Amino acid sequence: MIATKKLSSGAHTGTNVTVQRIMWQVILAITPATALGLFYFGWPAVNLFIITILSAILFEAFCLRLAGKVAISAILDGSALLTGWLVAMTLPPWAPWWIGVAGSGVAIILGKQVYGGLGQNLFNPAMLARVALLISFPIEMTTWANVAPINSSHAPNFSESWSITFSGLDTMAPIDAITGATTLGFVKTEFSQKHLLPDILADYSLFFDFLGWTRGSLGETSALLLGLGGLWLIRQGVIKWHIPVSLLLTVTVLSGFFHLMDSHHYLTPLVHLNSGALMCVAFFIATDYVTSPNTPAGQLVFGMGCGLLIFVIRTWGAYPEGAGFAVLLMNAATPLIDHYIKPRIYGRYRNGKPLEPKTVEQERKS
Amino acid sequence: MSLLKLFGRKTFPKGIHPVEYKEQTSARPTRRLPFAPQIIVPLSQNIGKPPIAIVRKGQHVERGEVIAVADGALSVPLHAPVTGTVKDIELMPTPSGSKKDCIIIDTQPSSSQIPIQGEARDIEAMSRDELIQAVKDTGMVGLGGASFPTHFKMTVPAGKQVHTVIVNGCECEPFMTTDHRVMLENVKNLILGIRIAMKCVDASRAMIGVEDNKPDVLAAIKPHLPEDGSITIEAVETKYPQGAEKMLVYSLLGLEIPAGGLPADIGLAVFNVATLAEIGRLLPHGQGLIERVVTITGDDLEKPGNYLVPIGTPLRYILHYAGFNGQQAELILGGPMMGSAAASLDTPVTKGTGAVLVLDQRATKNDDILPCIKCGKCLQACPINLNPCELGQLAAKRRYDVMEEQYHLNDCFECGCCSYVCPSNIPLVQYFRIAKVLNRERRLNNG
Repeated sequence: MIATKKLSSGAHTGTNVTVQRIMWQVILAITPATALGLFYFGWPAVNLFIITILSAILFEAFCLRLAGKVAISAILDGSALLTGWLVAMTLPPWAPWWIGVAGSGVAIILGKQVYGGLGQNLFNPAMLARVALLISFPIEMTTWANVAPINSSHAPNFSESWSITFSGLDTMAPIDAITGATTLGFVKTEFSQKHLLPDILADYSLFFDFLGWTRGSLGETSALLLGLGGLWLIRQGVIKWHIPVSLLLTVTVLSGFFHLMDSHHYLTPLVHLNSGALMCVAFFIATDYVTSPNTPAGQLVFGMGCGLLIFVIRTWGAYPEGAGFAVLLMNAATPLIDHYIKPRIYGRYRNGKPLEPKTVEQERKS
Repeated sequence: MSLLKLFGRKTFPKGIHPVEYKEQTSARPTRRLPFAPQIIVPLSQNIGKPPIAIVRKGQHVERGEVIAVADGALSVPLHAPVTGTVKDIELMPTPSGSKKDCIIIDTQPSSSQIPIQGEARDIEAMSRDELIQAVKDTGMVGLGGASFPTHFKMTVPAGKQVHTVIVNGCECEPFMTTDHRVMLENVKNLILGIRIAMKCVDASRAMIGVEDNKPDVLAAIKPHLPEDGSITIEAVETKYPQGAEKMLVYSLLGLEIPAGGLPADIGLAVFNVATLAEIGRLLPHGQGLIERVVTITGDDLEKPGNYLVPIGTPLRYILHYAGFNGQQAELILGGPMMGSAAASLDTPVTKGTGAVLVLDQRATKNDDILPCIKCGKCLQACPINLNPCELGQLAAKRRYDVMEEQYHLNDCFECGCCSYVCPSNIPLVQYFRIAKVLNRERRLNNG
């Protein structure tokens, strides 16, 4: 009739917030932006998305088996699915199948399991995969498909998309007609040819960029949907506002300052906010619990660091986008931030010494 | 002063807002639970040496008679909760989890069960030391759950001075409504108990802190407060763990008790309302603590409510009387946050048992523990700003010394907020308790 508990201490009840629920809420939040990306970039993107996620789950199962853990229950926590999903979101939409597999392999094996699995990793797995692929396969990772919504006249049909995914884009001729540069990449190239703003962006439409109608990574093009998903996560209490706000604010303030100083050489904050991986990183990557600081003040510092590095790399670095590098560098700084930024404990001074007793006389005076 | 104070609502930072589940019992007046056929009185019910039994097997005892005498400064006597015959003194399960010596009394069915009266006392005429001794003679310990001997709390340490008595009426544990009922039904005794406490610690004023989900208590107590303003009542935010001494002191006065120190370090003495109300009831008649109000509540009970339960009543009898008709359940002594799970139905109610809570298994945390994902929810919940996440990781690595020295494990008062919010179901408080015990043992072995 009465079961005796294994645990004698409280709390005996809890909230309905579980690890699985958190993972599924994040997945729900990135679904609109992903769905839009899959629609805009068509069947090759769908292929890549499925391959990346399936391989992430397979790699996870393989590692768990190797470690002698029960694979099924650990996979059901949804973390491998989420990691694979985030990797897929950051890939060029028409990348070949092996990019997806390699990305998932790096993320799950090197990014997560070698550290001991869920919760133990130092770096964000998806960003580690993104950066490793970018450095190793610069061509594949910077070939950006034009927007070609599913079933539109210039979209690849199902069999063409099959060959794009499994034989590579080279089979589609002419390649220049169906690919191009991202906004940030285009600007970087133009600057190198001594062209100046605002002429460089004469054909640029902030509005289309905002809606995701632009070249870019599979799930990163729509600042609107990513931002809405992120705000929903904050509302649900899954993430806190500190990292996204400080990250986006830092980028806005820095780019705004330099744009005001020299509007020919520095992009406006709006272009920065709408481009590249910024929104995705601010809401879904930098906010990764495991690899970001755990106090609000630490999170503000972390967000500022990410924003600063993103702006510096975008503006003066060799790469047009620096979000991945920025996040990894700040991940490495996280243990240090957590070491130095701690709340004062009740009944103690900041240095950890207990408070001095307060006599009745002192109390009367104060 | 913190920002919180600026907005006028008296409270402390962090903590949690669990669902209260108090409506099942809070409106029901306290009723008397019948006497169980057999009563099991553990000798050790609080910190300090267990009292020494002065009854023999087969001896007849009257309800209210002393059956064990105090042994040392922290020890308090025990009184017979029923009229009956001592069956034996033997090892029985207790709420602490381990088996301990208990005096087992077979209740005499024909008895009228009228408690014997001690000598009547004139409180105004008694000196401070006489009052403290009288409190000790009642066998009183903190009824809020910690069971710290009350007379010892009323003895202000040498060199310290107390100016204010804080009366803790914040029943922040979900489900529990005993203090709520006591404050409604026992106001006069409570005021008398507060006066006794003020006299014992030589304080000039007292403050009653009540959570703002009990406006009926504020209305009931206010007319009885003395006109000189020496006793006041304040509403504080309804939040867990508002009833923790450290939190309530901060909410009411903005003061912090120094780590490892006592409320007396900042001129305060803190008592639970039920403790003082019971002292106010017992002390003038020289009686001992033989029963207490217990909230009997939870799932699948026909008659939940607040009951005046004789100390030593076994859980089996309580469940039977309250009409438990469920299939699978877990039994918790105390609230769901800080209470402990009962291992046996023979476990008796003791002086520190404020609730008997039956939780359907769907309502309890399941036993699957997932890895920590460093979500930081425990850091947002911990009312004293510890890092339960890091402490939990250290416990898993058995680095108990680091937990104590660098992460101030001993400041943790085990409120359970961290375990409550953990999405990975990590039993953090359980880990911390184990770590504390092992650290203590290590010190004993080394010292």
